[in-house]
Amino acid sequence: MAFQTDMIFKTLADPTRRAIFERLCRNGDLTVAALTAGAGVSQPAVSKHLAALKLAGLVRGRHQGRETHYSAQPGALAPLTEWAARMATFWEGRFDALEDLLKRMDQ
Amino acid sequence: MTDTARDTRTVIVERDFAFPPERLWRALTQPHLIEGWLMKNDFDAQVGHRFNLRGDWGGVLDCEVLAVEPNRSLSYTWNHAHDDAAFNLDSVVTFTLTLTGAGTHLRMEQTGFRPDQKQAFGGARYGWQQFLAKLEQVLAQAD
Repeated sequence: MAFQTDMIFKTLADPTRRAIFERLCRNGDLTVAALTAGAGVSQPAVSKHLAALKLAGLVRGRHQGRETHYSAQPGALAPLTEWAARMATFWEGRFDALEDLLKRMDQ
Repeated sequence: MTDTARDTRTVIVERDFAFPPERLWRALTQPHLIEGWLMKNDFDAQVGHRFNLRGDWGGVLDCEVLAVEPNRSLSYTWNHAHDDAAFNLDSVVTFTLTLTGAGTHLRMEQTGFRPDQKQAFGGARYGWQQFLAKLEQVLAQAD
């Protein structure tokens, strides 16, 4: 899990790669050619970014004829939101205990 | 998830208690009372005081008091060194007490990131803010 989280952070730290991932989140299924148009970088560069995104589990490729269609896997981002959820649950539990303690305390 | 450009991740938990701030302050600052709701500790409400919070699970948190404003706010570091990066944590906890008509509103804000992720966030923090904000919208629509 730590490795996976690390991978996601490192992969998305690159702004061009993040932009590609965002476009896939918004527009769903896109080919390398479609992604290259408007990416501001060459097609080999886009392919390289897609390979990194695939490795981190953020993007999935689907072959259709001679082309590969790429789509985002937003579920792969779960490790990023997990920390906050885990800490919130911890503090809610502590606050319950605090409430009990306040009732028991002497004035 | 995040609320200032500098912070990477923040969790906020708030609750209204039917007791005056002075009573909450004691529960937040007296070691035997802290143990009653949080963890075993050697806390002292002095800025710069270093202490440990010891959990039932055997974990030990390294803490240092950063700010003390009696009956109003308390802030300390909440660090956990662990071999497994997933459990490594470097954070700051801030309690804010506000007097209300019915008692006290307590706000706990914990801000932090894992040391292994500092580099990954690095200079991209501003980009992250926008990215995560957008992402929340995307994820909300995805369901």
